[in-house]
This record gives sequence, C-alpha cells and structure tokens, in this order.
Amino acid sequence: MTSVANTTGGAGALPTPAAEPGKSVMGTRLWVAVLFLLPAFVLLGALVVYPIGYSIWRSLYDADGSGFVGLKNYGDIFSDDATLTAVRNTAIWVAVAPAVVTALGLIFAVLTERVRWGTAFKLIVFMPMAISMLAAGIIFRLVYEQDPNLGAANAVAKSVHDTFVSSSVYPGARPNATASDLKPSGGGSFTTTGTVRAGTPALLPLVGIAPDKLPGTPENAKAASGSGITGTVWLDFKLGGGGTKGKVDPGEKALKGVKVEAVKDGKVVASAKSGADGTFTLPAKADGARLRLPASNFSAPYNGIDWLGPTLVTPAIIGAYVWMWAGFAMVLIGAGLAGVDRNLLEAARVDGANEWQVFRRVTVPLLSPVLVVVLITLMINVMKVFDLVYIIAPQPSQDDANVLALQLFLSSFGGGGNEGVGSAIGVILLLLVLPVMFVNIRRLRRERQR
Amino acid sequence: MTTLDTGVRAKRSLAAKVASGAGGGVLRVFLILVAVFWLVPTFGLLVSSFRDPTDIAASGWWKVFTAPGQLTARSYKSLLENDAITHSLFNTIWITVPATLLVVFLGAMAGYAFAWMDFKGRDWWFLVVVALLVVPVQIALIPLADLFGRIGIFGDIIGVVLFHVGFGLPFAIFLLRNFFAEIPRELLEAARLDGAGETRLFLTVVLPLGAPAIASLGIFQFLWVWNDMLVALVFSDSESQPLTVALQQQVRQFGNNIDVLAPGAFISMVIPLAVFFAFQRQFVSGVMAGAVK
Repeated sequence: MTSVANTTGGAGALPTPAAEPGKSVMGTRLWVAVLFLLPAFVLLGALVVYPIGYSIWRSLYDADGSGFVGLKNYGDIFSDDATLTAVRNTAIWVAVAPAVVTALGLIFAVLTERVRWGTAFKLIVFMPMAISMLAAGIIFRLVYEQDPNLGAANAVAKSVHDTFVSSSVYPGARPNATASDLKPSGGGSFTTTGTVRAGTPALLPLVGIAPDKLPGTPENAKAASGSGITGTVWLDFKLGGGGTKGKVDPGEKALKGVKVEAVKDGKVVASAKSGADGTFTLPAKADGARLRLPASNFSAPYNGIDWLGPTLVTPAIIGAYVWMWAGFAMVLIGAGLAGVDRNLLEAARVDGANEWQVFRRVTVPLLSPVLVVVLITLMINVMKVFDLVYIIAPQPSQDDANVLALQLFLSSFGGGGNEGVGSAIGVILLLLVLPVMFVNIRRLRRERQR
Repeated sequence: MTTLDTGVRAKRSLAAKVASGAGGGVLRVFLILVAVFWLVPTFGLLVSSFRDPTDIAASGWWKVFTAPGQLTARSYKSLLENDAITHSLFNTIWITVPATLLVVFLGAMAGYAFAWMDFKGRDWWFLVVVALLVVPVQIALIPLADLFGRIGIFGDIIGVVLFHVGFGLPFAIFLLRNFFAEIPRELLEAARLDGAGETRLFLTVVLPLGAPAIASLGIFQFLWVWNDMLVALVFSDSESQPLTVALQQQVRQFGNNIDVLAPGAFISMVIPLAVFFAFQRQFVSGVMAGAVK
C-alpha cells in the first residue's frame, strides 16, 4: 500500500510518504496529542487489533468454542475436501488473476498512448472499478447465462460454432414413416430404400416440426420436374390438415437448405441442398443412387458452453474479475509510463530496435517497479475475493468455485457452524499478507533514516 | 498523474506517429474492439433492466435492436414501489454517510497529530497504523460478530458503521498524515502567531489545506462502504440491511429475478458512477492509493 501511494503519489495529488513530519509548531502538551489520537486508537484497538488476537485464540478451539484443540483446525483445512478445494482455488486465483490483469493493463497502457482518444478508452476500461462486486457479479451472471438466446457469452460461442460447423437446419424433423421411402440409416441420418432415376423426381417428405415454427418465411413446396435427377424436400403437413401423405399438396411448405446426398455402395457420389421451393438437382452421376439425408440436418442445436458448470466456473469468475480490475492496472502502469524517459526508447529505435524489441527490452524493464507493485496489490486483493464468487457461482457449482474467504463465511455464518475453522482461515489470510506488512514497515523506517 | 489522461499528454514519439499511420489501423480496430468488449456486459444489463420479465425470459437483450418497442421502465417502477428495496436503499445511505464522515474526521485528527505534534513514541504508534493497513477485514468478522452480540448492536446499523470505521481508519490516518506533513511550516507558524490553538489550527488551517487529500479519501471510503456486501451480510439484519444485501438475496433465483436484479444493480451503480464521472481525479487517486485494502 505504501508502495502504491509512492508510485502514484510521486507525480501529483497524493503526497509522498517520504515527507518528514514537522516539529510541532506549538510544543504540544501531551494531553492535547492524546486527545487528537484517542478516538482513532480506541476504535482501532477494539475493531482491528482485538479481533486479530481473538481470532488467533479462537482458531485453537473447536466448533462451539468449548474445547481446546490446538492446531487441529488448521490441519482440518488442509485435509477436508471442501476447504481443500477452497485452498486450491485461491491458489489458482493468486497465480492467474494478477498476472492476467497486469499483462492486460500493460498492453492497454502502452497501446492507448498511441491513439488520440486514449482517454476515452481508459475511461471505459476503468469504469468497472466504480461499481460494486455485487453489480459486477449480476452483470456477469447475465453474460454467462446458459441459454444462447439469453446469455451474451453463449450467443457469441454459438454463432462462432455455427460458422465453422454447419448447424442443423431442422432439429427434430423426421421422415413420415408410413408415406415415405426414407428409413433411419444410423447416426440420425435417413436413406431411401429405393434408388433415384433421371426423369423421376424423388419425394422426400418430412414431418415433426410445426409449419409456424419454420425459420424465416418458407415458400410453398413445388414438385420437382424435368429430365434431370431432381426431387423435393418439404414439410408433409399443413395447419388445418388435409392433403395426401407423401404428395406435394398446395400450401405445404418447402424445407430450404436440407442437405441431400446421393449414395452408391456406401459412398457419397454427389450432394445438393434444397432450394427455397424445396427442390434439388443432382448431377447425372447420381443416377441409380440412394438418397440420404445426413444427420447434420436434424441434430440438436449447439447449446453453448457451460460457463458456470463445475469445470469452468473458476475461470469464468476470474474473467469477471479481470474485467473489473484491468483498468486499475492500466492506469497505474500508465502513470509509470508517463514517467519513463522517452529518450531511452528513442535511442533504442535509433539503434535499430523494432517496436516489439523496444517494448520487451526497454519499456518493460523500466516499468518493472510499477509492475511489481501492481502484481502485489492485486495478489493481496485476490486472496480475499468473496463477493464475485458468492454472486456468480450458482448454488450447484458453489463448492467447485469455493475460495478461502467464501469458506470462512460459509463455515462461520453460512450454516457451517464452525467458528473454529472460520477463525483459522482468517488467521491464514492474515499470515498471507504479513510479508507485505513487513515490507511496508521496512520502507517506512528507511524513509525515516534518510 | 494518476488521472486517466496521462498517456495522451505524453509526448508522441516520431516512431509512434509513423506507427499510427501504418499499423495504426489495426491498433485502432483492436482498441475499439476491446472498448466494446468492456462495455457490452454492462450495456446488456442496462438494456435488460428496461425490458419486461416475459421478454427477458423469451429472448436476449440484443433483441431490442430489432424490437425497440420492448423498452419499458416498468421494472424500475415496481422496484421503487417495493418497500423492502427502498428501505434498504435508505439503509445504504444511513450506513455510508456516517461511516465516511467519521473516518475522514477521526483520521484527520490523528493524521494531524502524527504530522505536527511532538510526543513520545510517535514513530512507533505510526508504525502500528502502517502495519494495520493490510489487515484483511475477514479476520474481524467472527470476533466482532461475537463482540457486537455481547453489547447488543449485532444486526444494527451502528455495528456495520463501526466495522467500516475501524477498517477505514488505518488508510485514512496514513494518507492524511502524509499529506498534512507537506503543509509548509510557515503557514502553521503564521497562524500560531495570530494566537491560534491546536484545535483552531486544525480546523481553520490544516483541514482546508488538506482538502484535496480529504476529497480523495472521502470518495474512496464512500464508495468502499457503498459497494460493500460482505460486512453488511454478516452484521445487518432484515431491518438494517443495505441495498447490496437485499439484492444478493434475489440472486439465487437469478433467472426469475432479472427484473429485480437488473434495475436494482443499476440503482446501486448510479451513485458510484456519478461520483466517478464527476470526480475522476480524486476518484482515481483514492482508488489507486487504497486498493490494497
């Protein structure tokens, strides 16, 4: 923390901690000083110092605080499955989140220097710092909604997926079993039992979807004609009934975009897609082949990624955290960047270094003190992450997303009924930040001696 | 310095100018994509907060681009007519305002004593304050729940306020002491020659001169308390709970409650965002300096 104030404060609004406090201008009497300090120190003593002692003491007692158990609670944390998951996840958080946030912050800070509207960009990326973790959690619950029709992440995943994997056009459709020659041929595809001949249009009637559920505005189906190898794929059913099964009746809708394969001896010799009126035309070499409607026409639609399922829930929540904190890293690193001597970068360029080399060999090393500060700040922050996990992880995945701070809450207040383990987790969190506490103290004492 | 426009004011090097000519197109597209990526999540919730629950369940928020007629303020209306929610909004204010004022005032008093008074062990006491800077709030949840229970304020607003004051003070004292120490000695001596005592010196010279740091601290503490969920989750009850806790209870049925959660989240975000845009400089320096908390 001291360190943060140092870097940011060096240049402007915040004071440098290095300033030597002045000799009193009045020769203060002791009781005046006590009067000014007493309220703050009474509160600090009761609300911060006392709890530390109490927690350490409480962590040595059992669930209801009646029996002394020594270090058993600490042992339990590292042997019980639920808490062990929390330990492991916190380790993942500390290892991944600060590094990703710092890397992104560095990239954004360096790149925004090169565009005129860098300030607007920074404003946008920094904005999430202003809102609560609760609001961010709600925002990302919506982003990660499973249904691709509701959640933006899966809507994107689905459209990317469907771009590369041709999506099924008519999930759930099937041949009219009685009126058609099409029979299931394994794996969800359907193949005719007879063969197709030039001049005799094939009829491929399908049912199983409602005419008003067809995508787009389907045209009426048209019976194929002509001397080539042709046919029609259509929905052999119309609202209100009527018509003959297996015949293209007026008012029945065409099924556009259905893939039709001509198969001879198990090999696909040609394929076509049905047009807007449901008709298709195959080349002459398909003469005498069977027609197959491959499974891709009918398979269940791709349903997106299970973001908040057991495997991805922690990375997904880390994503939300990165969204919140990248702006913090960007602005701190940007402030450091503003203090970098441009001549050094220029000199490297004159020496023939390309932009990447300048970045890698000059900018990053010059910024390394700031980068370390950002990393450590984020690590301390990430160790205590609670709200995001508590809000984003749905109930079934909460155990998989568990972190230490959440486990502390669950053990002590969320029905766990074990303040002993809760206190032990609190003490562990304190132990984890002790190194930073010592660094801060040493830094202060060094400044005193200067 | 820490303001958002540092990068822009930095000298644009020759190479950067060349780059912005050639590779600049790619760079610009990349940054625009990132900016869009950063805005879309919030925008999606904003749009959702202006849609009917039935529309929300039927289609994604992007549907409004083709069906703008779906937009309605009905969710906000019913939310603001919901007594539990409005009550919790007032609780947020009753918690945040005293917790901020107390931290600023008590922190300023102690900061002034550390900066300008001589007393034995001053450096050691200040070391204690610095040591307490990084103490995680989690360690105090169980002890203070126990303590507040014994003195009968567990579940009251005052308990939540006290907790935030305790954990806000180390940073407040540290920040203000450093800022006050920079005040030119001559100013204080001049005031003393005019016959001012320590209290008048503090109120009429130190506090006004410390205004920039006090503003940064005040904004930081205000947002910290306003946005807090964990402390309130433990220390408030159904009568005293702030907005964050009230909303949190709806999250379990997320899919069914978006019409409460989306507008609720935005109501809770309005004040922080307004503060952010109005006081960018103080906001950024406050957040930067206090982030370790």
